Amino acid sequence: MSEQKIKNMTLNFGPQHPAAHGVLRLVLEMDGEVVERADPHIGLLHRGTEKLIEYKTYVQATPYFDRLDYVAPMNQEHAFCLAIEKLMGVEVPKRAQYIRVLYAEIGRILNHILNLTTFALDVGAMTPLLWGFEEREKLMEFYERACGARLHANYFRPGGVAADLPAGLLEDISAWIDQFPNFLKDFDRVLTGNRIFKQRAVGIGTVSAEEAFDWGFTGPNIRASGIAWDLRKAQPYDSYEDFDFDVPVGKYGDVYDRYLVRFEEMNQSLRIMRQVIDKMPDGPVIVQNNKVAPPARADMKRSMEALIHHFKLFTEGFHVPAGECYAAVEAPKGEFGVFLVSDGSNRPYRCKIRAPGFAHLQGMDFMSKGHMLADVVANIGSLDIVFGEIDR
Amino acid sequence: MSELLSDNSAALQDLRDLVTAHFGADVIETVYRYGELTVVVKRESIVSVLTFLRDDAGCLFKQLIDICGVDYPERAERFEVVYHLLSLKHNLRIRVKVTTDEETPVPTAVGVYSAADWFERETWDMYGVFFADHPDPRRILTDYGFEGHPLRKDFPLTGYVEVRYDDELKRVVYEPVKLVQDFRNFDFESPWEGMQNILPGDEKAEGNA
Repeated sequence: MSEQKIKNMTLNFGPQHPAAHGVLRLVLEMDGEVVERADPHIGLLHRGTEKLIEYKTYVQATPYFDRLDYVAPMNQEHAFCLAIEKLMGVEVPKRAQYIRVLYAEIGRILNHILNLTTFALDVGAMTPLLWGFEEREKLMEFYERACGARLHANYFRPGGVAADLPAGLLEDISAWIDQFPNFLKDFDRVLTGNRIFKQRAVGIGTVSAEEAFDWGFTGPNIRASGIAWDLRKAQPYDSYEDFDFDVPVGKYGDVYDRYLVRFEEMNQSLRIMRQVIDKMPDGPVIVQNNKVAPPARADMKRSMEALIHHFKLFTEGFHVPAGECYAAVEAPKGEFGVFLVSDGSNRPYRCKIRAPGFAHLQGMDFMSKGHMLADVVANIGSLDIVFGEIDR
Repeated sequence: MSELLSDNSAALQDLRDLVTAHFGADVIETVYRYGELTVVVKRESIVSVLTFLRDDAGCLFKQLIDICGVDYPERAERFEVVYHLLSLKHNLRIRVKVTTDEETPVPTAVGVYSAADWFERETWDMYGVFFADHPDPRRILTDYGFEGHPLRKDFPLTGYVEVRYDDELKRVVYEPVKLVQDFRNFDFESPWEGMQNILPGDEKAEGNA
C-alpha cells in the first residue's frame, strides 16, 4: 500500500456563525480536528467611526461611542467625555460623577450578563441566556428612564450628564439590586459547578501572565491570569476612590477563570451601585458653565443669553484648546481608551479609539493553537468579543 | 513646558530624565502636559527605545496599549506614529512618538511587543505608514481589495467606491460613489471670535510705518 499524504484543511468559520459573536471570519488551519493556526479576518463591521468623528463637533461625536460596544454603551461615552474634560480643564460636579459611576456599573452588569450567558449558550447551556436577558431588560429600562433610550443612550456629556435622574428611579434601582443576587444564585447553581460546563472550560485557552502582558490584554482577561489590575483602583476617575470594592483575580488564566472573574465582578458592581445610591449627593448634574454645557430649558424661555448659548452650543459647539491627551476607563471588556488630538477648533483633529477587544482577538491565534475546533468557540466566548468596537 | 501638575508628576519627571539621559541625541523632544509625558524620538531608534522602556527596572512598561497614526499634511514628515505604553509596576503611562512620511518605513515593534502586530497593520491600513520587517503586512479593517488610506486628511469622507447588490447579476457590485447632492461640510465656526482687532492702517498710529 502506498503512503498517503495528508494535507491540512483550511476551514472558514463565520462571518455568519452564531458562535462568532458578530461578524468574525476566522480562517482555521486544521490538522484533523486540531487547530494549527487561527487567522481572524476582521473589519466586516468597519464604519469609519474615527473618520466620521473628525467631521463632527464634540457633542455630535458622542453618540458614535454608543455604537462601538453596543452591549455597554455608556462606558464608551465615559472615556470620550473624560478626554474632552481633561483638555478643557472642566471640573465635573459630584452628583454627575456619582450618576456616571452608577451607570457605568449598570453597563458592566449588562455586558457581563450578555457575555456569560451567550458564552454558556455556545458551550451548550441554554437556560442562563433566557434568565439573563430578563435581567438585562430591566437594566435597559433604567437606561430608558434616565435618558429616553434603551441602548444608544448619549447620556454622558462633556461636563456631566444630559439630565438629572427622574424621581423614584434610585429607589427602583435599589429594589433591583436587592433581587438581582437571586438570579446570580440560580445562574451559579446551574452553571458554575456543572460537569459538562467545566469539561468545556477548565484548562482551555490558558493565558499566562507574561503572555497577557505581551499581547496587551486588559480588564477581566488579564485579571483571570492573576494580575490584580483595575483602572478603577489604580487610576481612579470620577470618584471611584469613594467606593469600596474588591478586584477578583483568577489563578490559571483559562476559560473557566475568565468566567469566574466576570461572575464575581457582577457582585462587586452591585456593591458599588449600592454605595452610590446610599451616598448620592444633591446638586447640579452638569458643569454650570454655559460655554460648555447647555442652559436649562426653563431659562431659555426667559433669558436671551441662555437662548444664544443654546444656539451656539448646538450649531458651532464649544472649542477645545489645542493639545492632545489620552483618557482611559475600565470598560467591562478591558481598558477602553480615547486618544484625542485637538487643534483648537470645534472638531476633534484626531480621535483614536483604543478598543480592548482588538487586542484580545489578536490573542486568538496563540490561544487556539493545539486545541480542538470546539474549543475555539469557548475561547471566543471567554474573550468577550463585540465587533462594534473591534472594527470601529 | 509643564502645566497642570498632578500627583504622578514627580515620577514622570524622573522618567523623563532617565530616558533623556539614556538616549541623549535620539530623543528629539519631551513634553509634559495634562499629567502625561510624551517623548518624541528618532525613527531609527524606536525599537531600542521601546525595548529599554519595557525592560529597564525604572520603567517596566510591559504593556503596549496602542499604536496609532496622526496625519499632518502640511508637515514635511506628515505622519506621526504614536505608541502608548502602560507600566503596571509603577502605575504610569508614557507616549512615544516618531514621525515619518509616505515612503519611509518605521521599524516594526512586533519583536518587542507581540500586540504591535495588529496595531501596526491598522496604522498601515488607515494611513499608509510602512513598517519595515513586519511579519504580516496585510490590511486589516478595510474591505478586501480596498485602495487608498481612509484616515488620511486628503481622503474624502464619502470615499471613492460604493457597493450594492445587483439583482440581475446576482452579486455585489462596486461602483464609483454617486452623490445626489454634493457633500456639505458645514462650517459653523463664528467669524467674529478670535479676531485680532487689527485694522489696516493701525500700525501707523504706533509709528511703525
